[in-house]
Amino acid sequence: MSGIPHDHYEPKSNSEKWLHSRLPIIELLYNTLMIPTPKNLNWMWIWGIVLAFALVLQIVTGVILAMHYVPNADLAFASIEQIMRNVNSGWAIRYIHMNGASLFFVAVYAHIFRGLYYGSYKAPREVTWIIGILIYLAMMATAFMGYVLPWGQMSFWGATVITGLFGAIPLVGDAIQTWLLGGPSVDNATLNRFLSLHFLLPFVIAGLVIVHIWAFHTTGNGNPAGVEVRRTSRKEADADTLPFWPYFVIKDLFALAVVLVAFFAVVGFMPNFLGHPDNYIEANPLITPAEIVPEWYFLPFYAILRAFDGEVWVVIWASWLTGGIVDAKLFGVLAMFGSIVVLALVPWLDTSSVRSGRYRPSFKWWFWLLGFDFMVLMWSGARPIEGIYPYIALVATSYWFAYFLIILPLLGIFEKPLPTPATIEEDFNAHYGKPDADGQAAASPAE
Amino acid sequence: MSHTEDDPSTRRDFLYYATGGVGAVVTGAAVWPLVNQMNPSADVVAASKLRVEVDGIELGTQLTVLFLGKPVFIRRRTQIEIEDSEAVTLDDLIDTDAQNPNLPDGAEATNLNRTMPNFAGENTGEWLVMIGVCTHLGCIPLNEAGDYTVDGVGGWFCPCHGSHYDTAGRIRRGPAPENLWIPVAQFVDESTIVLG
Repeated sequence: MSGIPHDHYEPKSNSEKWLHSRLPIIELLYNTLMIPTPKNLNWMWIWGIVLAFALVLQIVTGVILAMHYVPNADLAFASIEQIMRNVNSGWAIRYIHMNGASLFFVAVYAHIFRGLYYGSYKAPREVTWIIGILIYLAMMATAFMGYVLPWGQMSFWGATVITGLFGAIPLVGDAIQTWLLGGPSVDNATLNRFLSLHFLLPFVIAGLVIVHIWAFHTTGNGNPAGVEVRRTSRKEADADTLPFWPYFVIKDLFALAVVLVAFFAVVGFMPNFLGHPDNYIEANPLITPAEIVPEWYFLPFYAILRAFDGEVWVVIWASWLTGGIVDAKLFGVLAMFGSIVVLALVPWLDTSSVRSGRYRPSFKWWFWLLGFDFMVLMWSGARPIEGIYPYIALVATSYWFAYFLIILPLLGIFEKPLPTPATIEEDFNAHYGKPDADGQAAASPAE
Repeated sequence: MSHTEDDPSTRRDFLYYATGGVGAVVTGAAVWPLVNQMNPSADVVAASKLRVEVDGIELGTQLTVLFLGKPVFIRRRTQIEIEDSEAVTLDDLIDTDAQNPNLPDGAEATNLNRTMPNFAGENTGEWLVMIGVCTHLGCIPLNEAGDYTVDGVGGWFCPCHGSHYDTAGRIRRGPAPENLWIPVAQFVDESTIVLG
């Protein structure tokens, strides 16, 4: 794999040889686990393990919750209370599942922004990136449907608003919305199908994760320096890499332990902090909550959805251009989906030949502004639509699109990048010191 | 591939396309029920008429009933509301369609095209019956709220994304694209409205 010279698996015992000639599964596991990994990976390369852990955590706790949950509009809300009060450890399992979704999204946002800063999406890793975006979309669909299942007020009205997005599609929108809901409004049929799909999608995600790993094991990992591992000789490859096991596995598990300390602190001491209190009121189709607020991880995109009303000039312009087909509502929906489409297209929008943001002096600033912009969008998505807030959301939305559609393409042309290290070995030695004879890294004089 | 016939493509191509075509049709026929099962089931479709007694509704108040899983506002408007919405010209409106399936297609969103006639067939503008679902993303607008309330009566405001509807339920400001929809409805006696 990855064309990096490394040790190959040799079956030794007779039973290994017997199995190997019939199914080379040990070789597959060996190559996956022992993949040569750039030795200069920093702490931002630990989120993959956190994500893998979160997926397993959600599947295990979710399968257990499904043993006790009742997908019926009259019984669902009560069955959640049954889990919380009567099922042995039910409260713990449900709180872990609830907050596990947040852990999943914290990790995926860190992982995505890591990729954006270090240019992980650039050739030859575009397919890894695209698969990653598909995983992210599947995660959002899964999380959304999962939030509907407790059948609280936010469940019900969130489902109403989000399925309403499909109603904005010209001509066939209403038919699609009715088809999704199984009736004229969110009801029992909706709840049942959402449980079915909420159970299914994580396994689709697991399949995509395998393809994601397969893709970057084919190209080799990226790394903070953005230069490729030398593949010309075994000696050079060894100077640039270390095997994934044990070096990176142990490092990642340590990082996971630290992350889980924070996670279980939230689960134990403030399990409802990230939720909305209205979701402990049973769904009522006659009363809309004063504010419909999605879960925190959807807020940036919710802000983009709401940013456009009929008075924004691009909306007026789009409406005029399409003869009124694109109105403010459809424009908001298109903008929301478009904000993820530009993310998926970033391998082709970024024209710079330098991979890592570390060596791009102006890119850095625009990137950190994007991170700030994401936070502003998240904040404004939770504010009411009045006063100054819609303007803040509109400005932040504009920057999101400007970053991907204007700044990234132009920066590649106008920016003068700093010199990049020739090899990963050189970058490693500059950061962590040259290993002495024992292989122990000694502090470099610069530190 | 070797062919011995003069026109080698005909017979094999025919079989190829015929098999492929039948395969596509059969696959489609097999998949369609799997897709169609998600459409509303027979019991959901059947629950499509509702009788509502309206003699208890005082002037200037609103009865909300649940019809097809959605609230329907049955409002008996005061003279102030009627005059206010009569004063609005079509130029002031975002959506000039009456959105009233009880009228011919394309009826304009004038005051009386939004309201329904009583049992005697007179449309005094008193009875305003609308589906209480914001045409933006489906929240329920609040009554007597928003920028188009007159002296504290009438008007609707959707709290989700800030759409303002006037005293005839017409969209005036905010992201919603259309006036509040009017359901198929009529009086069947002095005090009973049938929805659907």
